[in-house]
Amino acid sequence: MSSLSLVGLQKTFEPGTPNAKVALDRVSLEIADGDFITLLGSNGAGKSTLFNAILGKFRLDRGKIILDGEDITRLKDYRRAYHIGCLYQNPLLGTAPNMTIEENLALAYTRKASRSFFAVNRRDTAYFRDLLRELHLGLEDRMKTRMGLLSGGQRQAASLLMATIAEPKLLLLDEHTAALDPATAEQVMALTRRIVAERHLTCMMITHNMQAALEVGTRTLVMDSGRVVLDVAGEERAALSVPQLLEMFQQKTQRSLDNDRMLLG
Amino acid sequence: MSILALLLSALSQGMIYAPMAMGVFIAFQVLNTPDLTIDGSFVAGMCACAVVTIAGHPGLALLCSLLVGAAAGWITGMLQTKVGINPILSGILTMTGLYTVNFVLLGGQSNLYLQRMELNSVGAQTQVASDTVYKSFRTLMIGLSGNRRFDSNLSALILTALIVAAAAAILAMFFFTRTGMAIRATGDNEQMVRSSSINADRSRILGIMISNALVAFSGALLCEQQRYADLNFGSGMLVVGLASVIIGQVFFGRRSVTLGIVSAVAGSLVYRIILQVAYKVEMPSYAVKLLSAVIVVIALSIPRVKRLIAERRAEREEDAA
Repeated sequence: MSSLSLVGLQKTFEPGTPNAKVALDRVSLEIADGDFITLLGSNGAGKSTLFNAILGKFRLDRGKIILDGEDITRLKDYRRAYHIGCLYQNPLLGTAPNMTIEENLALAYTRKASRSFFAVNRRDTAYFRDLLRELHLGLEDRMKTRMGLLSGGQRQAASLLMATIAEPKLLLLDEHTAALDPATAEQVMALTRRIVAERHLTCMMITHNMQAALEVGTRTLVMDSGRVVLDVAGEERAALSVPQLLEMFQQKTQRSLDNDRMLLG
Repeated sequence: MSILALLLSALSQGMIYAPMAMGVFIAFQVLNTPDLTIDGSFVAGMCACAVVTIAGHPGLALLCSLLVGAAAGWITGMLQTKVGINPILSGILTMTGLYTVNFVLLGGQSNLYLQRMELNSVGAQTQVASDTVYKSFRTLMIGLSGNRRFDSNLSALILTALIVAAAAAILAMFFFTRTGMAIRATGDNEQMVRSSSINADRSRILGIMISNALVAFSGALLCEQQRYADLNFGSGMLVVGLASVIIGQVFFGRRSVTLGIVSAVAGSLVYRIILQVAYKVEMPSYAVKLLSAVIVVIALSIPRVKRLIAERRAEREEDAA
């Protein structure tokens, strides 16, 4: 049984105007439980739009989104968030800067926490401390520190924890390491792989790093002009090199896959 | 007036305006959203309180003001979130509409004294002052102390201080519950609240309701203390509240929401002391609004001025090097 079904997703922004743009063009996908999908594509190919459609940031023109057997197409964004965790490129988006690390985690955990009068309580705090310790960033000793005082990498790591703390059915990562320095990016990426593996999360990750896209995860999709043009997995994917992927893309679309931010290696 | 009497009067006024300062703190700093409903909800609290007090229920009147304020906040909140009107305009719309509501509450006149007409023993119409919570409390204090000339300002200060302390404690505690924390987070990063599967609109509306309930409560306390309600009392109230909040934060900072609440109360007290001093040096009463505005402008310009000074100093050091 598949975990996430996207059925003919269609979205045109500003329809009927000269600026009309088909952002999603009949996107259909079956994503199995435990899949870790990496998503490639040039700027404007529709990757983030696809995420926003799944997250419910706008209404689709047509199509259906079914998560774990439940039709969530018309569910409000915050209701979908009960089952979907999300991380953005900007580390500032995932956390509340004027609240403590502990409070941020408690807020994210509100979805699944047992009832308690105060949001921060001893039992949950002990759990949070264990989770933070696994990050190996020393944050477990700074739980009363305001989130705004942490570095971008630390905040992104904390955001990752917050996005996964409620055991989501789906984790969406929108270039979540792109704004970090290379060393920190690598650290957060390693952390992501570990958390996804340990919790058997179904995950989709947008990246501009083609090498990473082929190395990380179990399946790679390439989008172009609102459509999924390439979909490789298994042995085919394992044997694929970056130049081969580029060539496949060119054959399919008669265009080359690149933009100023695309990294080949 | 002796210094002590001046201080007493200032503290008594400061306590009465303290809930309003807390309300302004919630709107402007916790929710991080300017709310102009405040000028209207202060008067709404006054008017609702006046009507119910004259009807003979001074305690219930205070509760009514909370409800009226919350209702005003609910409207502004709905306009902001569900209708999607700019927060400042939402507040102005509610405030403008409230003027009519307040006018009707006061029975179609611009002010109302807390008194009613009664027939005296010889059958003539006389005015009888309505009971207020302050009057009852002073009677209680006289009973407890045995002092028949117990200072009415002092008894008013004690009662208001008790009420404000209770309100501040409840509010501070509330902000650490899940609902309260969600309100704080909504002002800090609304996107993150939605991502955590919390209805941020609901949090925002609830925050605005609490803020305006506190503001209206201040209006009600003032109404019972000064024994009248006035339709035009609210104009500029927002600036008074902001001035209080900012002054308080000079002393206590805004490191946490609890300190923010304490700051609002302290700021309200200090603000009234400043006003008393200003009156003492014969500042005319109509200058109050200008003084409040100037205080807020000075306080808000401090960060920019500090930065400019630091930049200048850096430039000079560069030139010297």
